[in-house]
Amino acid sequence: MSSFGSSAKRVEDPVLLRGEGKFTDDIHLPGLLTAAMLRSPYAHARIKSIDTSTALELDGVHLILKNADLALEYTTTELPLMVPNPLITKPVTPHMLAKDYVRYVGEPIALIVAEDRYIAEDALERVIVDYEPLPVAGDFREAVKRNAATAHHEIEDNVCAEFVQAFGNVDEVFANAPHIYKNTFFQHRGAAHPLETRAMMATYDELSDHLTFYAASQSPHRVREIYAKLRGIDDNQVRVVVPDIGGGFGAKGQTYPEYFSVAAAARLLRRPVKYMEDRRENFTATHHERDQLWTAEIAFNDDGKLLGFRGTLLHDSGAYVPWGIITPYIAASTVPGPYLLPAYEMKVTCVLTNKVAVTPVRGAGRPQAAFTMERMMDTAALELGRDPASLRRQNYIPADQMPYKMGLIFRDGSPITYDSGDYPACHDKAIELSEYDSFKERQKAARSEGRFIGIGIASYVEGTGLGPFEGANIRVAPSGKVTIHYGASAQGQGHQTVFAQIASDQLGVDLADITVIGGDTQGCPYGIGTFASRAIVNAGNAVHQASEAVRQKIIKAASYMMEAAEEDMDLAEGSVFVKGVPKMSRTLGEVAEFVNGKPGFTLPGGIEPGLQELSYFTPKQAAYANGTHLAEVEVDVETGYAKVLRYWSGHDCGKMINPMTVEGQVLGGVAHGLGNALFEWMRYDENAQPVTVNYGEYLLPLASDMPHVQQVHQEIPTPQNPLGVKGAGEGGTIPAIAAIIGAIENALKPFGVRISEAPITPPRLLELIECARKN
Amino acid sequence: MTTMHEITLKVNGADYACEVEGRLTLADFLRHQINLTGTHLGCEHGVCGACTVLVNGKTARGCLMLAVQADEAEITTVEGLAVNGELNDLQQAFMEHHALQCGFCTPGMLMTLTELLEENPHPKEQDVREAISGNICRCTGYQGIVAAALAVAEQRDC
Repeated sequence: MSSFGSSAKRVEDPVLLRGEGKFTDDIHLPGLLTAAMLRSPYAHARIKSIDTSTALELDGVHLILKNADLALEYTTTELPLMVPNPLITKPVTPHMLAKDYVRYVGEPIALIVAEDRYIAEDALERVIVDYEPLPVAGDFREAVKRNAATAHHEIEDNVCAEFVQAFGNVDEVFANAPHIYKNTFFQHRGAAHPLETRAMMATYDELSDHLTFYAASQSPHRVREIYAKLRGIDDNQVRVVVPDIGGGFGAKGQTYPEYFSVAAAARLLRRPVKYMEDRRENFTATHHERDQLWTAEIAFNDDGKLLGFRGTLLHDSGAYVPWGIITPYIAASTVPGPYLLPAYEMKVTCVLTNKVAVTPVRGAGRPQAAFTMERMMDTAALELGRDPASLRRQNYIPADQMPYKMGLIFRDGSPITYDSGDYPACHDKAIELSEYDSFKERQKAARSEGRFIGIGIASYVEGTGLGPFEGANIRVAPSGKVTIHYGASAQGQGHQTVFAQIASDQLGVDLADITVIGGDTQGCPYGIGTFASRAIVNAGNAVHQASEAVRQKIIKAASYMMEAAEEDMDLAEGSVFVKGVPKMSRTLGEVAEFVNGKPGFTLPGGIEPGLQELSYFTPKQAAYANGTHLAEVEVDVETGYAKVLRYWSGHDCGKMINPMTVEGQVLGGVAHGLGNALFEWMRYDENAQPVTVNYGEYLLPLASDMPHVQQVHQEIPTPQNPLGVKGAGEGGTIPAIAAIIGAIENALKPFGVRISEAPITPPRLLELIECARKN
Repeated sequence: MTTMHEITLKVNGADYACEVEGRLTLADFLRHQINLTGTHLGCEHGVCGACTVLVNGKTARGCLMLAVQADEAEITTVEGLAVNGELNDLQQAFMEHHALQCGFCTPGMLMTLTELLEENPHPKEQDVREAISGNICRCTGYQGIVAAALAVAEQRDC
């Protein structure tokens, strides 16, 4: 039976369920010291002096590092811009530890290393920093104005990039369209909030001049590259290892400043040093996605055909742009979504503020884009007197137009080409699942009982599986067991199971005999990382290619060993055998031993040493996933609490390797979107002081907030890769905010409430209800 | 100079006599002093529930309790659930129902549900959701966790 396509139970689970996982903070190395980070309490200030003398007197304190100390360790203390773009006019990146200035609350200033965390924090309180507070660029809507306080003292204004994404003749469309609707949307997304905060530990071996860096990183090879580059050393002098990770959701994909001071401390002290971020630090210093302000205009003809879309996007970049302008760029290129759109224009302005940097969180700007488009679709449906679902369906790109050139250029520089999918069919599946057609009756019945329920719908397209590549290194040992090293790392996606499923079919080996190891730069020489819904496409296909090659090597060697034709061979149950002749069989272990050779003897003709293959998969372009979600909510008009009662997802991520884990990804994504729609708000005051720094002030969705989510899948394989797979990690989040808020608006239709913001918290919803009641 | 305190306690059936600092949390004691790292710390302010353990059979936040307060107590952590490495029915159900992804919140979830199923052997879905509403999971959307708990309740009935 094929393992591909089956809901195999996860091989990761037993260890985690027994509490025997090895997360970074679970690793106790001999001689381990613990660090704490001194962080800026000011959003913008000049550091006049730092006095560490009293702190150093404390028993158990080993070292305190400041920027000047790191300047001796690295060629520069300024971090590189990870994704440069010529559109960025102010390519500002942070220092490993602040150099003279701090530009957001939480910016690292000094690293304190002590016997344990308790002592390190005692020492933290004894460091005396003399600050000169500077004017603050707080709210991004103010910061963009001329003469606003600047986020960096040396810049003239806060605009760090401006660009336009456009196609078609927008002016002409809007000059002639019979129906034009306008709106403005303030959208806030909080942060990633993995349950495990950022975690790192470094250990240095003086004898071999080699650093091993343990990090809860989504992108271990990037960490290795940047570390080696900034130290001016060869990359074989550093190994980055990713232990178990307690969730990432984008935030752990960044190469953070803290990595470098921790690594330096381990080298200077010749002892392992660990740093675990605490939750308050996670709120202030782990990157957010935060604020965007959109204006939008949509044009239709009399028959409900979409003619054009134009608008502006103001994006809060935070104090630095370490990941460039990826988030707003993706946002601006996602708005057209699944629709036949003749003309489009989005003018984007990115503005610096004195807040922590904005980099991708699950969805990476796409949820905001989908919200903008889908809210405009709802507005149009209302104004045109059309059903929101049927208006959407009328305007989808039909399946026979695939591959479809959407008109924009994606962030990899290639024209956006939707490669596959049947959007109307996927929509129909979701509609059917949700019993949409009978909703109006349910709504009527509820209203007669004084209950306000509503339904919302949202569709999306997501470019997944971007390159450049991911690699897999597969080896069959003389034990017959298979080891797969791949370049990225897992944060809960189930890579160990799913990649083993891919190899299992090719090699005829049980899942139990396959070990999958990610996140070790020593296991796979090059890698990019697990983010942007790319691991299954890139690493999954690399595993497929490498196992195919190993399969051929097995067949070739077995053919020689058994003197039988290669084309007669097959693999199953850990053996290679001649089809129809069960006696003619060798275990993979025997073949592995054979190709490992004997000292002094030449391998017979054409047989390569070792059952091993390192293969990289390099996609030509993104593979486009899509979906349609529906949400049913009930609003308590007395409290403003919106409860999502039911939720449906129709989803196409191409071939599903493990439907159970795909559903898990979608579910988690929906929960993230629900949080963004109803609760999550990283608030700052006007001086850019964070005011939500714990889970009493910042609310995450709980089990009592989540509805039961029903899913239906459409499997249209992408032609972009041999497995036909598309990414599934972010699709759950992208339409969820729009669907839920659409449902709230629908529930409150009797009051005429219109919602142009996210999240919509209970107090705010009450305000809108009150306001609508007065009018 | 910090004062040290002698404590004796039972963790997962084993006896411990230890010297601890007054300010040491129970979670840090379990994790760093007796090396039971299955109890995780997600927020250290008592909201996320990842550090939930059973203290004399009742759930408690390991991050909000001091080790000295556990003197003479009986503690059960996630490491105490499996018997000879064999997953118990709740752990097994978590695996069957895909109730975990990254596995970081899982120990706290398991401990909370262990208590629930002890106190209420026939929970409704809403009871399960309320019981774990003090445990945050960022990966699963909770659906698999709820399904696992309900499945165990049903199994135990048979």
